[in-house]
Amino acid sequence: MNVVPPPIKTDPEQPSQSMYADHVTVYPKSVDGPVRRVKWAILFVCLSIYYLLPWLRWSRGEGKPSQAVLLDIVHRRFYMFGAEFWPQDIYLLTGLLILSAVSLFLVTSMFGRVWCGYACPQTAWTDLFMLVERWVEGDRNARIKLDHAPLSLNKLARKSAKHLIWFGIAFWTGGAWIMYYIDAPTLVREFWTGQSSAGVYGFIGLFTATTYVLAGWSREQVCTYMCPWPRFQASMLDEQSLIVTYQDQRGEPRSVGKRHDGNTHLGDCVDCGVCVAVCPTGIDIRDGIQLECINCGLCVDGCNSVMKKLGLPPGLVGWDTLADQKLRKQGKPREVPHYLRPRTMIYMAALGVAMAAMVVGFFSRPTLAVEAQHDRAPLFVMTRDGGIRNAYTLKLTNRLATANFDLSIQGLGNADLTVAESGVAEAPVLHVVGPGDDVVAYRVLVHVTTPALENGSHKFNFVLKNLQTGKIATYQSVFLGPGIAN
Amino acid sequence: MPTDIEKDEISGQYTTGHEWDGLHELNTPLPKWWLYTFYLCIAVAMAMFVLLPSIPWVHSYWHGTLGYSSRKVAMAEYAKMESLHADASRKIAAMSLADIRKDPALLETALTAGRITFANNCQPCHGAGGQGRPGFPNLADDVWLWGGKLSDIQTTVTHGIRSSDPDTRYSAMPTFGDDILTAQQIQQVADFVWVNFYGHAEPGVDTAPGAKIFADNCAACHGDKGQGGRDFGAPPLASHVHLYSESRDTIVAQVTKPRLGVMPNWGAKLDPATLKSVVLYVHSLGGGEE
Repeated sequence: MNVVPPPIKTDPEQPSQSMYADHVTVYPKSVDGPVRRVKWAILFVCLSIYYLLPWLRWSRGEGKPSQAVLLDIVHRRFYMFGAEFWPQDIYLLTGLLILSAVSLFLVTSMFGRVWCGYACPQTAWTDLFMLVERWVEGDRNARIKLDHAPLSLNKLARKSAKHLIWFGIAFWTGGAWIMYYIDAPTLVREFWTGQSSAGVYGFIGLFTATTYVLAGWSREQVCTYMCPWPRFQASMLDEQSLIVTYQDQRGEPRSVGKRHDGNTHLGDCVDCGVCVAVCPTGIDIRDGIQLECINCGLCVDGCNSVMKKLGLPPGLVGWDTLADQKLRKQGKPREVPHYLRPRTMIYMAALGVAMAAMVVGFFSRPTLAVEAQHDRAPLFVMTRDGGIRNAYTLKLTNRLATANFDLSIQGLGNADLTVAESGVAEAPVLHVVGPGDDVVAYRVLVHVTTPALENGSHKFNFVLKNLQTGKIATYQSVFLGPGIAN
Repeated sequence: MPTDIEKDEISGQYTTGHEWDGLHELNTPLPKWWLYTFYLCIAVAMAMFVLLPSIPWVHSYWHGTLGYSSRKVAMAEYAKMESLHADASRKIAAMSLADIRKDPALLETALTAGRITFANNCQPCHGAGGQGRPGFPNLADDVWLWGGKLSDIQTTVTHGIRSSDPDTRYSAMPTFGDDILTAQQIQQVADFVWVNFYGHAEPGVDTAPGAKIFADNCAACHGDKGQGGRDFGAPPLASHVHLYSESRDTIVAQVTKPRLGVMPNWGAKLDPATLKSVVLYVHSLGGGEE
């Protein structure tokens, strides 16, 4: 049997190929245009929030942190402006993560990789580091020249200056991260006076190093090789998603060095290479949709500026959907992108549900709560006079600062209460001081002298009343006595 | 079988030179720095092999140059907890029971220690949570044989009841069935206790003879109103709580040939801090008196 192998040619000029590729440095050229300006604006807003938010103060009264946004792990409280979160509210964090994920899915299926191109921290800090690089070393050609030049005082000075500034930004970035966990002014004072913990120095060092390496050195390598998101977001994209594309039916054949003489058909692309030069990931958008493309649209700005000079209409490189592109190739009119399609509607519905659950969850957090756990052994105790005593572990939760409470019982006749080992005499209403902004457990003894129980048990409510606010919390528990069914 | 490196016309990529039944593998190179991180990981792993316990020998293992062992870490943690515990123990041993109660943090420590001590030593007889069982008093109710104040409980726990301790609490109810009272008299006094103190209506039963026998023989310890006598560890009879069980036969049996409970003198076994802790715990169960 003769099997004919597929037509594969041996290239005599490239007899051996390495299994590992050398890193090709990308030298993105600066570009100006609406897209670039939008990117600068987003970068400015996002990074300003990141760096400045920890310094925003918020008055919460005595004994409370005065930082507007503070994740106080040590004291187990998260502060977000007027809201205060307890560890019990962790489900809200789960909700927030779900919300973020679904939002990302929705935005991606509608507008493509806008997250990657505009809002991703890797993109923002890389942009910032490139800005510094351009400012110190010059634009694309100057940088290529400098990198290939032999070591000189000028090269040394420029390289040192760049890395020094990079390091400064990285340090500020790493430090700002810690400021979300430790009061910012305190952290700065303790950091420079050597009073911070080893953990603080360690984490600031770690985040400084990661910022410096990821934004200064790794850049597009993070997106191409490290980030999982480009790999699986393909499942959110379809032919209706907006992507940055090259209009090959208009651009081809490329007309470099040729004149439009009317005889031969020539495309609008003059093969100037600006789209490749400005690309921060170093790809050629004209090769079609690629994993490496973060959809930042800088090539759109680049190409449009060239088209303007040539007097040709813009949009040779621009946002488009694959479906639309196909229609145009067939000579059919453009279609408005189908933003509403089953995929996006499902994402919107999921987003709506998650958001509603979050809002309900957030506003229904109780400021006052009482929970009771009945003692297991003994279930009840008979007293000498024939009365019955039950013991409960009561957990009082109070999110307000100061509080005086009355603890009483509802629906159990003439019950008397006391706290074990408190030395306080039994009384129908128990006055409790505190807990202020805390959870406190008490072992409470409930004594009924003439119990009326059905089948050895009786349901009743613990009632906790905040004497300052008048707010009441109740918890249904059960009182047990002789005759209880085992 | 690696063959020649070839160029694929369709993708423009080179192959790895591997070929299986006509299938050629395209070479999609990994970035070199990624390869170097693998090398780095190997180097770190080798360093950890040397620094940390790693290779098992036949009878021992390579301990590592740092001398790390997870057991050492655990024991250090344990020693730290022990020293914390020792501080609290010293305080509890030095302070009076009343003062410990005034220090909420120390009281919490003592009650926790007391709960564990109780479970290890007292629970077999007195039951979980001090709920008691026939012959072994419930410690959570308001009936005490020898007293329910902190000092009373401390004495009882330290010296025991009818124990080998010279200062033990001691009393012995006479064996009335042994020629002190006749069988008929015992039935009569049982009638009296059953009706008057336990509160069971028995129409047609004459309690007068029993009342006289009670006054002559029992009231000295159990009280003329059956209120009990803590000086003698005599249980109250006018009560809804009974040490053995609530039946007339039990009264007869107890009068005829009393069972006398014994409790060990824990002062010989428990250190002062532990003993105080368990006293506080018992006091906290619900029946503690001021």
